[in-house]
Amino acid sequence: MSERKVVDARDSFCPGPLMELIANIRLIEVGSELELLSKDKGSAEEVPAWLTKVGHQHISTEKRGDHWSIVVKRVK
Amino acid sequence: MSKHILVVGGGLAGTMVANGLCRRLGNELRAGQVQITLLGTSDRHLYQPALLFVPFGLAGEENLFRSQRQVLDRRVVFHVDPARQIEAVTKKVTTEAGRVFDYDYLILATGSRLMPETVPGMVEGAHWFYDLAGARKLRSALQAFTGGRIVVNINVPHKCPVAPLEMTLMLHDYLTKRGLIDRTTLTYTYPIGRLHALEPVAHWCKPVLEQRGIQSETFFNTEWIDPVNQRITSMEGVTLDYDLLITIPPHAGMEVVSTSNLGRGGWATTDPKTLLHTVHKEIFVIGDTTNIPISKAGSTAHFETETVIANITALIQEGCWSHDYDGKVFCFLETGMEEGTYTWFNYVTPPRLGPPSQMIHWFRLAYNRLYWLSVKGLL
Repeated sequence: MSERKVVDARDSFCPGPLMELIANIRLIEVGSELELLSKDKGSAEEVPAWLTKVGHQHISTEKRGDHWSIVVKRVK
Repeated sequence: MSKHILVVGGGLAGTMVANGLCRRLGNELRAGQVQITLLGTSDRHLYQPALLFVPFGLAGEENLFRSQRQVLDRRVVFHVDPARQIEAVTKKVTTEAGRVFDYDYLILATGSRLMPETVPGMVEGAHWFYDLAGARKLRSALQAFTGGRIVVNINVPHKCPVAPLEMTLMLHDYLTKRGLIDRTTLTYTYPIGRLHALEPVAHWCKPVLEQRGIQSETFFNTEWIDPVNQRITSMEGVTLDYDLLITIPPHAGMEVVSTSNLGRGGWATTDPKTLLHTVHKEIFVIGDTTNIPISKAGSTAHFETETVIANITALIQEGCWSHDYDGKVFCFLETGMEEGTYTWFNYVTPPRLGPPSQMIHWFRLAYNRLYWLSVKGLL
């Protein structure tokens, strides 16, 4: 598996964490993981909801101080 | 020994930074201590935000372009010769024509490009307005439109995040004035779970769209388009029928960035505060080219150039850093044909949206002309 890509969207009011995830998941290979960092509490619910809709895998969500770390896997 | 500043890209960001450096480094340029070269892709400079007005016949094409040579300070050495390869370790750039340039500072401002071909059926089945050919084609389609289903569809990533919403609201006014709105179903799709990336804009526009009878579909990322049966289907499993499809195609950065190992997808890996490339510290990255998670917009590029101009000037004149970029972005938002509003934000200040007014709308139209002073560094 290739190195996990980190997308730091903690200071992103626009386009925001989920838009960054959608843009960046296309840039990693199928089977690879991506870690999204977000200060937006909505990301912890919105990101897994979107992953379910499109069929990518939600690996984990972890609160780290002032932000969330959400790990996802591109599966198609 | 003379310092060579090489600017790769002749759009808003590259042009503005080259002109700004000329103004700040006048003495050094005169003494031959600094040389500034810009490599562009065209001898014409396009003011991209005015493309929004072209489909409605509100912007004459003569107002969209100026000669790139005339927009640039005469002290900038200018070549219409795009970069083909950037060797960051040896600090050399090879152009399409085979020229080789050494540099002390490289300013990477290659911008972004539309990639409709990455979505099956998009080239055949959709219209867009983010380039002149697309805006002209959409203008013809709107002039021929007599009613039906219009879908305004937004894909990720894209620049100028408010333009799709502006298009939708202006389109509603345009169709109302032509007496077609009662025969039209207008649907706006957005990739995430709300109607705009900017939360205040999303909250503001939800009742506005409802009042105007504009339907919306969130969590809509285009999977494919069937141009024969005029249907658009999302990755989330929703299919919409259309008679006229206006899309914002997904964007990518320029290939030279990827092939030079400066960043995936053509987006150069950039420190969000210094605007330096994360590996190569002689390379500044500005405008759409960065991978910073903020809006890709003209104002973003504008504010970034102010930081880069100050820092290169300080490094050359005083051997020190000036200041970091604070993430500032400013967006006008046309809320119809007669009114507009604006928002601004940075890395720590959340966006807020003021009430729309005719005055802001007129200022936006005035800025379409003031841009030519702004890009020269005079405003």
